[in-house]
Amino acid sequence: MTATGSRPRNKKKPASVHLRSEEELAAERRKRRVGLYLIIPGMAVLALFFAAPVLVLLSMSLYARPPGAEIGEFVPALEFGNYVTVIGAYWDVFLRSFFFALIATVAALLIGYPMAYLVAVRLRGRQLMQGILLVLLIAPFFSSFILRTQAWKQILSDEGPVVTVLRAIAILPADGHLTATAFAVVCGLTYNFLPFMMLPIYANLDRLDTNLLEASGDLYASPLTTFFKVTLPLSMPGVFAGTLLTFIPAAGDYVNAALLGNNRDTAMIGQIIDSRFFKVVDYPGASALSFILMILILALVMIYIKRFGTKELF
Amino acid sequence: MMSNQNQREMPRDPAVRALIGQAQRMQLSRRKLLAGAGGLGLAAFLAACGTGGGGGSATSAAAAVTDMSESDKNVFWANWTLYLDYDDKAKKYPTLEEFTKLTGIKTHYAEDIDGNDSYYGKVQAQLAAGQDIGQDIMTLTDWMTGRVIRQGFTQELDHANIPNMKNLLPTLKDVDFDPGRKNSLTWQSGYAGIAYNKAKYPKGLRNVSDLWNPDLKGRITVLDEMRDTMGLLLLDNGVEISGEWGDPEFAAATDVLSKQIANGQIRQVKGNSYKEDFISGDAIAGIVWSGDITQMNFENDNQWEFVLPDAGGTLWSDNLMVPVASPRKANAEKLMDYYYEPEVAAQVAAYVNFISPVQGAKEAMEKIDPELMNNPLIFPSESDLAKAHVFRSLSAEEETNFNSQFQTAIGA
Repeated sequence: MTATGSRPRNKKKPASVHLRSEEELAAERRKRRVGLYLIIPGMAVLALFFAAPVLVLLSMSLYARPPGAEIGEFVPALEFGNYVTVIGAYWDVFLRSFFFALIATVAALLIGYPMAYLVAVRLRGRQLMQGILLVLLIAPFFSSFILRTQAWKQILSDEGPVVTVLRAIAILPADGHLTATAFAVVCGLTYNFLPFMMLPIYANLDRLDTNLLEASGDLYASPLTTFFKVTLPLSMPGVFAGTLLTFIPAAGDYVNAALLGNNRDTAMIGQIIDSRFFKVVDYPGASALSFILMILILALVMIYIKRFGTKELF
Repeated sequence: MMSNQNQREMPRDPAVRALIGQAQRMQLSRRKLLAGAGGLGLAAFLAACGTGGGGGSATSAAAAVTDMSESDKNVFWANWTLYLDYDDKAKKYPTLEEFTKLTGIKTHYAEDIDGNDSYYGKVQAQLAAGQDIGQDIMTLTDWMTGRVIRQGFTQELDHANIPNMKNLLPTLKDVDFDPGRKNSLTWQSGYAGIAYNKAKYPKGLRNVSDLWNPDLKGRITVLDEMRDTMGLLLLDNGVEISGEWGDPEFAAATDVLSKQIANGQIRQVKGNSYKEDFISGDAIAGIVWSGDITQMNFENDNQWEFVLPDAGGTLWSDNLMVPVASPRKANAEKLMDYYYEPEVAAQVAAYVNFISPVQGAKEAMEKIDPELMNNPLIFPSESDLAKAHVFRSLSAEEETNFNSQFQTAIGA
């Protein structure tokens, strides 16, 4: 990689050689300009669909409500009090959202890693089996996220099979239920984001050199030691990508909490933003909450990258 | 190597030097100008995104709209789902087909509205700017109707174009959110009350406070529509919701709601999706909309009983309005007039199962489905109507406060 990749850059001319002609320089400049032109569409998309909305969000979060205003009427201002108000009112919901997302991420890792390992390493060479399992893993994506979550509501409903069995074997009390609980919300999050965890790990493990495992065995490492000393460290970039891809959307998710949660102790921040925006028509408050969520996720991800980040990924 | 070129010596001639200097400055200023323009554009963009409830601009823009109904034989109508008679086999709306046959006006019917709040959020900015939202009729609930009329988002109706308005039920003629029905006309009405599963809860319910019976713990759902749930709770506390009441009464009712949510009596607070909980059996009883129960009973062999509580239920209506800047108001008025023919109204009522606001629809129902003539949820009796109350109009301030308190109580 390094040998071939850096070769053109090695064409350094000694300082004593005469400077390039005007035409050569012009050609070089033109080439650079073409390169710049090629970036323009990407930058334009970013500016239009990322930078502009973020700026609008930020300015909106500082709007103020003039006295006697109509519903939905706000004027441009620098009302930093909006942030104080929403943090005071909803800090616990932020905590809960990150807590739920964390549990869901860990659960998805514990479920997703063995699945990825099975398909990528254990079934290596058996392409039919691999293909079938991969399709099964991706198939749920063919139907709508909301429909799948709705289906969980039916599966976990009071008169559904799961609750009936759990009640019969006395794991759940006779009047216990699963829907409208924090448990159901976390299950929904785990299920819905599992493929985001599994696929990067699979992609990584698929490239794992099995000779290394053999070598480890030859050096008298037990399979368990081999896994923890060889396989797992090598697959860290996949784990890293998977955890990020799971945690970030899970923290901002609101479908699961809205469909599977209750109105007591399962609200996630996405729900709050929705209700502030549409129901209360408090556009600045909703914008401030969105902005805080963005900053918090960014900060958490930065800390995570600093602490555990691997060079292979970035 | 590039730097060599830049360091090239300047020509000696002072005039040429000055020219070069000028050219360099021009370049700089051009770049600056571009940046400035970009900034300005952004500022204008931000300003355009501002949220104007300001009715003034909207109404003045409306005055400038000329009605094109004569030449433009179309009418666009935004309504809620399952809210107009529909022929499943022909995939058509029979009454709309008939309207086109009679008047030559083509109808474009869209089930665009799935919530007052979300629809308002969608069209608010355009209406405030006095722009055409591509609909000639929008259908919104009383309180939202009041809000959009107050904000100048609607056009005044020409009653001369709607002679059938004489068939409007007297009780709906003069409403506090639109005195004299200048800007709106009732589409359908309904109750919010309570309902229970007859097989699973044979002793039944009479009042909202019966929902807090211990044997219903965790099997209750209530509506996430603030006026319906809070209206019923206020009535249960003995408050006349159409009369004078304020913060203390509202706070007392919110306390009841918070308490029943906290102790797990209320399982969930929901919008339209409460029906699924009734059907799946997660919910045995709750606060519901009358029309839903009629429809669910029809599809699930009469499992539920709807009750208007002794302390009273709420009566709400959805209203047709012409949005500001719609260029086809006369067509819209023709359509409204058509749906106020008793025969047409009866045809709609037979399908949607809500209360018809049209006098004479009951008699016209005899030809369509005589059984429905005696359905009190479509043609209510005097004693039922006496138990139905209309939530009073709220000021902008109150509406924001009450909504905020209600949302906090339901944990969102």
